[in-house]
Amino acid sequence: MIKIEIQKPLYTADGIIDLKVNKEIKKGDFLTLFGKSGSGKTTLLRILAGLETPQSGKIVVDGETWFDSSKKINLTPQKRNVGFVFQDYALFPNMSVRKNLEFALKNKKDIKRVDEILEIMEIENLSNMKPELLSGGQKQRVALARTLMTNPKMLLLDEPLSALDTTMRLKLQDELSLIHKKFNITSILVSHDISEVFRLSNRVFKINLGEITQDGTPNEVFSNQNISGKFKIIGEILSIKKSDILYIVEVLTNNEIVKVTAVEDEIKNLKIGDKLLLSSKAFNPILMKI
Amino acid sequence: MEDSFFQTMKLTFELAAITTLILLFIGIPLGYFLSQTKSKLKPVIETLVSMPLVLPPSVLGFYLLLAFSPKNSFGSWLDETFDLRLVFSFEGLVIASVIFSLPFMVHPIQSGFSSLSKSLKEASFILGKSKLETLWYVLLPNIKPSLLTGIVISFAHTVGEFGVVLMIGGNIVGETKVASIAIYDEVEALNYDLANQYAFTLFIISFAILLFVYITNKKMLRSGF
Repeated sequence: MIKIEIQKPLYTADGIIDLKVNKEIKKGDFLTLFGKSGSGKTTLLRILAGLETPQSGKIVVDGETWFDSSKKINLTPQKRNVGFVFQDYALFPNMSVRKNLEFALKNKKDIKRVDEILEIMEIENLSNMKPELLSGGQKQRVALARTLMTNPKMLLLDEPLSALDTTMRLKLQDELSLIHKKFNITSILVSHDISEVFRLSNRVFKINLGEITQDGTPNEVFSNQNISGKFKIIGEILSIKKSDILYIVEVLTNNEIVKVTAVEDEIKNLKIGDKLLLSSKAFNPILMKI
Repeated sequence: MEDSFFQTMKLTFELAAITTLILLFIGIPLGYFLSQTKSKLKPVIETLVSMPLVLPPSVLGFYLLLAFSPKNSFGSWLDETFDLRLVFSFEGLVIASVIFSLPFMVHPIQSGFSSLSKSLKEASFILGKSKLETLWYVLLPNIKPSLLTGIVISFAHTVGEFGVVLMIGGNIVGETKVASIAIYDEVEALNYDLANQYAFTLFIISFAILLFVYITNKKMLRSGF
């Protein structure tokens, strides 16, 4: 059980906002912090890791006080035993994959654990390689492996998959999900990818300007707006062609070109290169497993 | 004649080696501090460190001469307490050289530390490693090219130093007479051959040192340390 009750002013592009959190997180939960950049998601993660200090409040994890401004308690990151996966992986460039994992060992006698984790993460074949030779997906797997070395109480994931392509993302999402189940480790993920939220987490905090505006399962949080039979895509106009009485508009969305029909009224204010919102009501999509 | 040439050369490189070693011990903590600190004093410290880059060496030498002189309070205090005379002595030369070459050691180390991603340090902390362990095992090994540059440039710069040495060291054979001073001396005495011997030796050695740095740095970057 994690109890967080903290407050910290944040200096963002929108001016000073107040990060205020007062929540409890159950052991074994997979929680996603969802929100725009600059809303305080990463800061909250860093506060939990001890990398940043709240102005006031309290953090209690499994009965152990990590932070208490009234009692002047603030455990250093070294003493919190969390796992943190950084957006840039933070692998040590001077060490091989194996050495990166060995470095994380608290007790050099546990050297067997290096091989165990290498095997679980299926990265034995990379063990003698230096990080710079690895692909993004491999680096992230090594980073994840390294955090598991210390048997952390909590896994903190700061947009760990945002730099990867879709196939790799899906694969690593599966792996994250497996690790979470296998080690039953309380995990907190920062993400702004809705599909990731659904695939991984059982609880979501939606954060806006430092405040948690919604809290619930992914279904509860996203049900009223994004999954309403209304379908919205943002795209860019590539071409507008006249065809009989209609116009055909080619729109680039997520690297795909979609052709849509439009009437003269609709295209009056549109020109090539404009960004637009494509939406459809009462629409009947075809679902296919890939 | 030969003897004094070798004596002078030996003294020159001794001075450079000792100065570089001391600078390394000062440069790592100072460079690290400057790369991390958000203190308001940072620009002041940076300015002080960089002053030798813009000051004429004779200015620095002049003030050190005044400060170290046994006629002044600091100099006489050193003399009485530690029996240490820093004017016209090898120890004085070392201190002056350390101050004078400080930016050449601190700048590369500071920029090396600044170029490392903050997350490396944080990842190491989260894995339970102390600040010292992090510095030793994670940060320093990843700024090897900067360390090498700092060491070599400080060494070469100390070898080539003239103004400060002349002001504070004078010209005592075997104690404070270094190669750059010797060249000046020999030219004044119209011993062009000997001056050339000194000058050419310095030229070759400096060339070799710099060439070594460039080749090694390239190799290090290619092999990823």
